[in-house]
Amino acid sequence: MTAVEERPAAELGSPRLRKEDQRLITGRTRWTDNITLPGMHHLAMVRSPFAHARITGIDTGAAKSASGVVTVLTGADLKDEQGALPNAWAIIPEQKAPEHPSIAVEHVAFAGEIVAVVVARTAAEARDAADLVDVDYEELPVALDLKAAAADEVLAHPDLGTNVSAFWEFDSAAADTGGDVEAAISAARDGGVLIEREYRQQRLIPAFMEPRSIAADPTGEQLTVWSATQVPHFVKIFLALVLGIPEHKIRVIAPDVGGGFGGKLQFTPEEVLTVLAARRTGKPCKYTETRSESLVAAHHGRDQWQKITLAATKDGTVTGLKVDLVADMGAYLGLVTSAIPILGAFMYNGIYKFPAYHLSCTNVFTNKAWTDAYRGAGRPEATFAIERVMDELAAELGMDPIAVREKNWIKHDEFPFTTVSGMQYDSGNYEAATAKAKELFGYDELRKEQQQRRESVDPVQLGIGVSTFTEMCGLAPSRWLGSMGYVGGGWEHASIRMLPTGKVEVITGTSPHGQGHETAWSQIVADRLGVAFDDVEVLHGDTQIAARGLDSYGSRSLTVGGMAVLAAADKVLEKAKPIAAELMEASVDDLEFVDGKFGVKGTDTSMALGDLAFAVFQGHKLSAESEHSLDADATFDPLDFSFPHGTHLCAVEVDTETGRSTIRSYVCVDDVGKVVNPLIVEGQVHGGIAQGIAQALFEEGVYDESGTLVTGSFVDYLVPTAADLPAFVTDRTETPSTTNELGVKGVGEAGTIASTPAVVNAVVDALRSFGVNDVEMPCTPHRVWSTLQGRAADTPAAPHSAQSTSMSQEGQA
Amino acid sequence: MIPAAFDYHAPSTVDEALALLAEHDDAKVLAGGQSLIPVLRLRLAAPEVIVDLGRIEELRGIREDGDALVIGAMTPHHAVETDALVAEHAKLLALATATVADPQVRHRGTIGGALVHADPAGDLPAPAVALGAELVIAGSGGRRTVAAEDFFEDLFTTAVGEDDLLVEIRVPKHTGWGAHYEKFTRVVQQWSIVGVAAAVRLDGDSIAEARVALTNMGSTPVRAAAVEQALVGQPATAEAVQAAAAQAAEGTSPPSDSNGDAEYRRHLATVLTRRAVLAAAGA
Ligand SMILES: Cc1cc2nc3c(=O)[nH]c(=O)nc-3n(C[C@H](O)[C@H](O)[C@H](O)COP(=O)(O)OP(=O)(O)OC[C@H]3O[C@@H](n4cnc5c(N)ncnc54)[C@H](O)[C@@H]3O)c2cc1C
Repeated sequence: MTAVEERPAAELGSPRLRKEDQRLITGRTRWTDNITLPGMHHLAMVRSPFAHARITGIDTGAAKSASGVVTVLTGADLKDEQGALPNAWAIIPEQKAPEHPSIAVEHVAFAGEIVAVVVARTAAEARDAADLVDVDYEELPVALDLKAAAADEVLAHPDLGTNVSAFWEFDSAAADTGGDVEAAISAARDGGVLIEREYRQQRLIPAFMEPRSIAADPTGEQLTVWSATQVPHFVKIFLALVLGIPEHKIRVIAPDVGGGFGGKLQFTPEEVLTVLAARRTGKPCKYTETRSESLVAAHHGRDQWQKITLAATKDGTVTGLKVDLVADMGAYLGLVTSAIPILGAFMYNGIYKFPAYHLSCTNVFTNKAWTDAYRGAGRPEATFAIERVMDELAAELGMDPIAVREKNWIKHDEFPFTTVSGMQYDSGNYEAATAKAKELFGYDELRKEQQQRRESVDPVQLGIGVSTFTEMCGLAPSRWLGSMGYVGGGWEHASIRMLPTGKVEVITGTSPHGQGHETAWSQIVADRLGVAFDDVEVLHGDTQIAARGLDSYGSRSLTVGGMAVLAAADKVLEKAKPIAAELMEASVDDLEFVDGKFGVKGTDTSMALGDLAFAVFQGHKLSAESEHSLDADATFDPLDFSFPHGTHLCAVEVDTETGRSTIRSYVCVDDVGKVVNPLIVEGQVHGGIAQGIAQALFEEGVYDESGTLVTGSFVDYLVPTAADLPAFVTDRTETPSTTNELGVKGVGEAGTIASTPAVVNAVVDALRSFGVNDVEMPCTPHRVWSTLQGRAADTPAAPHSAQSTSMSQEGQA
Repeated sequence: MIPAAFDYHAPSTVDEALALLAEHDDAKVLAGGQSLIPVLRLRLAAPEVIVDLGRIEELRGIREDGDALVIGAMTPHHAVETDALVAEHAKLLALATATVADPQVRHRGTIGGALVHADPAGDLPAPAVALGAELVIAGSGGRRTVAAEDFFEDLFTTAVGEDDLLVEIRVPKHTGWGAHYEKFTRVVQQWSIVGVAAAVRLDGDSIAEARVALTNMGSTPVRAAAVEQALVGQPATAEAVQAAAAQAAEGTSPPSDSNGDAEYRRHLATVLTRRAVLAAAGA
């Protein structure tokens, strides 16, 4: 087999199996918790069982004298060196926030907050001694209900004087991107249609597979920190800023990381405390959270109330949209907590040409775990609201929900299109994706079956849900981030090293944690440099290797990081060309680069890139002035976001006797622009849909009236598995992005954003003939049944009785 | 997730195990560990001594003994679920066992562990009650036999005392009976929100005998005696079964939790009982 035959004609678009899967799936890699260093200490955290309390005393005596214990640290010990955890995004200059300590000093504001750290020679001894730390608390009243908290009924942080962190507004008339919503609403009130709804975005827990873990080694010249994080570069800079460690004395490594979904886009108390413990003891320290700790203390997602007012004319043309949000920050502001609802603020108008838009958002503190990024971050909330309410408009007018959408959506020949929220959509074809989805779904036949079931009052009703979504991908143009109050930038960096033997090392500033960057980036480089896929190695996640980068989140890796890789490859070729000309004694203008070789046009003289790399390595034939390297660095800062879209259709059977909703079929046609690897895209879509369905039907982070997390284990926090999901029918249309050369748009969050409203719309559609127009998420059997009975659908906030009692019973035994 | 330290013993006979239990005050029996180990890891229990029954061969296996099947307490769920004798004579038990958790758990967890654990949402107590199983308990004073209906005393509390072992489950043969276990959950892998165990013997088209018991409708499994009586002599039709099943929630006191309140569970019991009985009757 020749090298040429090994390479597909083009790597881009080829469904390569992921090169990282072998080691990830078989566990033949080193996760953070596998890192063991000589003399390593282990940490156990003591966490507050109370949601809101003053710490009146901590007795660490017994713990300190327990077997194997090195030291026990409290807030009093660390208060002068722990600094404050950062919020990197003030959405308004006057944004209020309590100081965010890694370890509580006098006051705890949510159940799960760390109050003491035990450092011991083994993990078991640390855990044993944690039970011996005796903390006295004086309980304080708790702020839990979001709306009551917004009204400052009880203060989550009495010293702050209010629970309201910020109030943010966008108005299309003021921004000159559209008309006046109030005018549209009054016009709709007489003579048009006005839909007013309130939706709940329940609290979700990211529940990544690998719990968070940190190891810190203070024994070298540089402090080395391993962390199961999405953002090693952030961790490095914040360790410097928060703890005052000189930046050049820090090395952060994110080894293989088992999932994140935004839940590991954070600079965490646990990272700070592990580093402080290592610094204090002078020994390597490691902390790995338990699943229970992960559920109570790793940041949560969503948690909003959404008031939606949609004005339209009687023919279904929307004239205005007004959105009022109340968003739960939880107890503190994490890295980008405050901005999460605002990242959705530009997407409430969805794929539609609305003439007027207004959004307000009130960010509120409560005594719960703090919220932050979770797959989609603001955009699932926005998409849910608009796609739910478009179905309501259709129902009100007796129109088909797809017809109502079509009346309002941007047509394919209207791109680029500037929306009422001021975003410029690059490209799209909603007509094509919708037509394909309808056909795959058998839309018309299912509607017929639905009608029959309604007429026969079948105990199992059929509902059809539509979701035509778009989202903004590729965080983000640095200029835009700056204008929004974010402290950082949104560019990405890449380096390419041409090794003497012709192999290639690609260094990316993105930080994959399951997505398959190693494969996709190899494909990009293989095509651009004309080398074999297997000859490319992708390195990442170690600040000593990938010195510059802004990591992975916000569907940015390919659209921003992949572009940086491409730019670096181009720079390699730019550097190589004059050297090739020199070596082949030709003029630069006579060279062409084809199939990995520089050739002199019109002759058969050529030189492969690999041979060139070797010649550069030797340097024998290079002039002294030449740079003896083909390596190149490049950064890419996107011109603008890209806007993937798609049409998702879901058929749900609702058993009206039990209230159970079962997904019968699910079809999606996504347009994520050009595709580098269809298999990876397929994987992202499947996982994303599953996660969105989880919000619609299964998952909810529930607290009881004292602020204890009821869903504190997977017995109560119900993450669905493959057995709970139908086979998804997926397809694509391909409308290239116009904001980057690869034409790619981003797919990491698409499924999650699109699927939730498709499922809930289907559940509501199944029940529409019973006069139902909403079911709160998750649409549990109990909620659906209660709604059908006309009862309040409040579900008791108590854990699965058997398990909880089993625990207390066994505990007494 | 690290349990507190404990001493570990792995006896190879029932007598040795009983002696260890008598000797140590704070000892706990380990069977498949599928309930006990999570409790230890969460430190909701911290016994000083663990007595592992895993090496006691005499506690494993399924055999016939006249009109009964005898199942050793340490027989794993997977063996019960796939055993030919169980399929023929106690199909209800096989069907219920197949709904427990996932294959990994069913290969480790045991029938004895599930019964002694006596989780109100566990799936095996109700079929044991419905089939009129008898449980053989060994203690310092010898062996005694307790009827399933008397075995479950309260949440997580059975007739098995601290120094006792459950050794065998004797299930009267229900050869030729139709059976069905209707388990209601939100996700596939979950404890029952409500479960209904039903076995019926048909005589022609009508129901000659019926056994119905409910999971998670109270602190112990509930025998739906009123339903059983109402079914006798009835045709196995939707209307007749529905009328009988309407009494399923009588005398129950189900829990309220995040999966639903008590009223919802009472309603579910009637719907699921109808479905279970109809399925058992092959209707
Ligand atoms: C993920 C998961 C999901 C599950 N889902 C379900 C489900 O859907 N339905 C369901 O019914 N169960 C479920 N279970 C529980 C499972 O059925 C367990 O196997 C069972 O509850 C306990 O059996 P075991 O053999 O593992 O007992 P262990 O956990 O070893 O012991 C349980 C208790 O019984 C005592 N014990 C055990 N054997 C004896 C004996 N012979 N004599 C005296 N005392 C004894 C122990 O001391 C302990 O207190 C699940 C478990 C897991 C881990």
